[in-house]
Formats: sequence, C-alpha cells, structure tokens
Amino acid sequence: MSEADTRHPLDFDAPRFSIKNPAVRSDQQGELSDAERVDRAMKAFSRDMNSTVAAYLESCVHCGHCAQACHFYVTSQDPRHTPIWKIEPFKQAWKREAGPFAWLTRSFNLKPAVSADALREWQELLYDSCTMCGRCSMVCPMGIDIAALVGLARHAMFEAGLVPHELWAVAERAQREGSPLGATPKVLKERIEWLADEHEVEIPLDKPKAEVMITLSSIEIMKYPLSIVALARVLKRGGYDWTLRSDGYEATNFGLLSGNLEWQKDLSLRLIRAAVACEAKLLVLPECGHAYGALRWQGANAYGQPLPFEVLHISEFIARAMREGKIRTQTLKGSVTYHDPCQVSRRGGATGAAREVLAGLGAELREMPQAGDANWCCGGGGGVVTIHRADEHRRRAFSIKMKQVEASGADQLVTSCSNCRLSFDDGQAHYQWDRKMGSLLELVADNLDDASAAHA
Amino acid sequence: MTLLEFARGPALTVSLLVFFLGTTWRLWAIFRRPRKIDHSAPRRTDTVAGGLRAIWQRMLPRRAYERIGMTGTINAYAYHIGIAVIVFAFAPHIGFIERLTGLAWRALPDWVTYVATAFAIVGLVFALATRLTDDVQRLLSNFDDYFTWFVTLLPIVTGMALIEQRYVPATPMVAPATPDPTLLAVHLLSLELMLLWFPFGKLAHAVLVFVARYRTGVEFTRKGATL
Repeated sequence: MSEADTRHPLDFDAPRFSIKNPAVRSDQQGELSDAERVDRAMKAFSRDMNSTVAAYLESCVHCGHCAQACHFYVTSQDPRHTPIWKIEPFKQAWKREAGPFAWLTRSFNLKPAVSADALREWQELLYDSCTMCGRCSMVCPMGIDIAALVGLARHAMFEAGLVPHELWAVAERAQREGSPLGATPKVLKERIEWLADEHEVEIPLDKPKAEVMITLSSIEIMKYPLSIVALARVLKRGGYDWTLRSDGYEATNFGLLSGNLEWQKDLSLRLIRAAVACEAKLLVLPECGHAYGALRWQGANAYGQPLPFEVLHISEFIARAMREGKIRTQTLKGSVTYHDPCQVSRRGGATGAAREVLAGLGAELREMPQAGDANWCCGGGGGVVTIHRADEHRRRAFSIKMKQVEASGADQLVTSCSNCRLSFDDGQAHYQWDRKMGSLLELVADNLDDASAAHA
Repeated sequence: MTLLEFARGPALTVSLLVFFLGTTWRLWAIFRRPRKIDHSAPRRTDTVAGGLRAIWQRMLPRRAYERIGMTGTINAYAYHIGIAVIVFAFAPHIGFIERLTGLAWRALPDWVTYVATAFAIVGLVFALATRLTDDVQRLLSNFDDYFTWFVTLLPIVTGMALIEQRYVPATPMVAPATPDPTLLAVHLLSLELMLLWFPFGKLAHAVLVFVARYRTGVEFTRKGATL
C-alpha cells in the first residue's frame, strides 16, 4: 500500500471532495533580474537601519516565545510562521552586510548571501502570515519589536517587486485613484449626496474652513456607508464645525501595508495638506486601525515636522466628546464585548478610549479573554484580507477570535475598525457563525439621547 | 611556559581584551547608527522611565499573555542564577576576580555553589533538549546557539573536575597552588574560550537585552501603549 501524499492534502472543508492544489506562494512585479531584486531589497532595508533596528537584529536569542503569541503560528503549528523567523533573511543580511562583524561573516561565508528565491519564499511569511498586530513584540523577552521589523522588511520586498499581487494592485489603485476600493472624489460626492438625502443628515464637503476635518476609510464609503451617517449624527449632536474634504478624505494607507514608503508618504500628505488648507485644529481618523498608525504616529514624519493640528481616532474623539458633555447617550441595554483593533490599542496606545465610550453608554462590558492590549488579532489586518491565497490561513486564525467572542458571553460585539469588521463579516459567512460585528461609532449614534436633535 | 602559565598569562590577557573590545565594538555598531527622529506628538513624555520600566517588566512572562514561555523562562532563571552564583559567590572565583580587579566580597558556603552548579547543568541540559526537540526552536537555531551552549557548559564541567582538588586560599595577588596544574589550566582555558566567544555570539545578549528592551520601552511609552 502506498503512503498518503502529504504534499497534496485532501480538502475536507470544500463543498466538493477535492485535492488542494499547491497554492502559488510568490508574486512579483516588474522585469528585474534576481540580482537587481536582491540589491534593491538590501538597499531599502539598509536605508531603514537605524540604531533601534540594529539593536533588535543583534538581540534575538532564538527562544521562540513569539510563536505562541502569533495567531498564524498557533493555528497552523508551522514553525515557519514563528514571527522572528519571518525576518530571517534580513537578520542574515544584517549579519553579512552591515553588522559589527560583517567582514568576518563575509570573509568566512558564515552566513550565505540572501537570494531572490529566499525573498520569494519569505513573501508568504511577510505578507500572508503577518498582520503586524504586534502581539509577538509584547512577549519577546529581549524586547524586540518584531512587528516593526516586519514593516521594514516589507519596504525591502516592495522595492524588490516581490509583493503579493492583489495587495500590490490595491495599493497601486489607492495611489492612482486616491482610494483602494474605487471611492474616488466623484464617488464620495455621490455617496454623500445619497446618504444626506436618504437619511436626512447634513454632511458638509469641502468647506473652506472648519475646526474639525473628518476622514473616512474607503471600506466605510463602499461597504459600511451607515458609518458616515452615524458620524454626521454624532458631529451634529456635538455641535462641531466640521467638514469632509474631497482633496483628503481617504485615511486607509495601502502604501504602509504594501511597503511602499513613497506611496505611504503621499497618501498621508494628502490628508495633512487638506487639513492645513481648511485650517483644521483637529483631524479625526475613521474606524480603521492602520490608518491610525499611519497618520497619528507616522504622519508627522512624512510631513517632516510636527503636524499643525491634533490627530485623534474616532473612538478617542467620541470619548472626549462624552467627557466634555457634548454628546449624551441613552443607557445601552444588554451586554457588549469589544474587539480591539491592534493598531489602535496595542500598537497605538488608545486602548482606553473605546472602553471610556462604552462606559459612557452605560454598557455592561464583557471583556474577552486576553482583551485590550493582549487582544488576538482578527487575522485580516496588515493587508492580509486583500490576499486571496491567504484566505484559508486567515480564516483559521480567525477561529481564535470566534472562541474569544463566545467566551465573553456578550449579547453584541463591536469594534472600531472597518477592516476588522470586514474580516469578521468574512469569517461569519465562512463559518456560518451567527454573530455580527458592529461599529462602536454606529452604536453611539444609535443611542444618542436626543433622537430628534440627532436627526435634525 | 607551562600550560597553566599560558592560561594565566597571555591567554587570559588576550581573551579579556577580545571580550571587552569585542563587546564594545558590538555595542558601538548599534549606537553609531542614526537615531530615529520622531515628529509625532507624544502621548507621554516620561520615556526614560518607560524604557527602564520595560527592562524590568520583560523579566517575567505576563498573565495577560497566558504566561507564554513560562517553562523556558523558569529554566532560564535556573541556569542564569546558577551560573551567577558559581561565578560571583564561589570563594576561588572571588579570589580570581580579586587578583584581576582588586575587588572582593564574601563568598557563600561551597555547598551553595554545588547546588547552583546542579541547577546550571540541569537547566542547560533541559535548554538543549528543548532546542533539539521543539520545532520552533530547532528551526530558529544555528551554530551560534549550539556553540554558545557548549562554551557555557564547558567551564562548569572543567570546574567540577577541580572540586576534589584541595583548594588553598590565596592572598589577593598570588594565585592558589594546585596539586593538578593541568586541570586548572584546562578550566581557565575553557573560561577564556567563553570570553573569546562572548562578543561574537548570543552570549552578548547579557548586555544587548538592556538596549533592546529600553528602546522598545521608550517607543511604546511615547505612544502611551502598554509595555
């Protein structure tokens, strides 16, 4: 009797009995030789090589603790999904090309030169199998911020033209059209007119001056438009002088996710320039995790100087509005659990804001196990949700989230990231799960204490 | 020149030089790199305190993360503390340090060192067993991991061979006489091998841990994120 062919495992989950085809695990862009790809990758990586990164690359003791913190490793048990292994070619390149004993390493060939094939192999690890959620960074006994290193490695991969094609295409579209999902200024205008008319709300666009500039995620514009209505109601209730700007509304930043620094900078500068143009004192970022990281923590660096306005995530904005008494809500019935977007909470430092909002709502908050900063990622962040070949892997990682939610025993679940919502919607459909992820912003808007004022 | 004279003389000098200069060079390779300039508005400004807090907080796996790596951490404590006791609390070693630096302190009873040695050896063997059997650690491991393990264990083993030797307390500047100079020379040379390897391999984590933890602590504190 012959042995089972483990290279082609049977797919028992498929609607029809089938054999899983070996998935394509590497895409590439541009017509470059292998040597050029490696050269570009290494130059990009060395450009990012500051003192902190050097300390990280020198410090790993190969304990492997980071594996147990990673939702992709935990659900695959594939050692290659160990977070620190995901940057192995770059550790290798550092030791060989730039480390303190690089001359020794090169002279005795102690570490082989990184090859284009190695980078191709690592594409799956750096993109499909990492959301840069930063859970691994929290358990590293050496204190290495592994998620940050993955972000830098993605810069190198982009320069080498070795990005998963779907993610690359989405990023390229965002750069070209101003939105990854086709929410161009024209589409935005049409949507706003429709929403304002349909829901009888005022949504100011392109006011020449406003104290508050609101930004959106194209996921909200195209998939969750009621979020925009909710936003308008909350802002109206709070009496804010606000506007959306057609020259800077898209807060998602696929330049950051794909690893293109120029695109990241350009996308950030669009928002910054629009806010400067309307003399905004405050820029509010939408329910989007990585948009927060991109502008709140990296935007000023793209601008080259401190931003002349404050930047808040929508959850921080609402928490402040409630604190200042500008927004009052009815008491929420039933219990709720909150899914922390990694880039807002663990990586962004705004973990408390959503909880302040939920407390303001009088909600019975039932935290999931490992909630807050230790929260498990939904699996769709970091651009992973755009990569179709990663679907199976991502959904397996999502199963952790389902267990967490069930363990909370809460009646409803909310988050403050439309990308997380997208990931939950996909998981819900895939697993035929009877739970629906909601929006914190919409929850607040639905429970404003003066419904007549809110709808005025 | 006898083997012991070589071990006490040029070998010790060279290994100490490589240890200090190599470690300094390795740190310099980090510190000479440009520092990240961050224009973002900080949520908190007590970043130095945050960096120091991170050094402390990463000493133990945290409950919030289900104490990931607890077994490995307990084991690491066992052999780290064991080695520290051997090096800094055993009378002959304090004498050795005193002859080198002029600094001395009170030794612990010998039996404490023997217990510490047991912890160190069992801990190191357990660490190697884990490295060889755990899929993740096996994948991550390279020559550095195994050679570092070897040069760490070697001085302990060669030192144990000296336990039965009659120890003659020395004056601060005079090395003890020993009935078997070859055994002592081998022990010294094994220590010198460890000193020689220290700057090049993962033994340097003894100093790098403070740099990496501190830097992360500073960055996270700036964002107001939990360390």
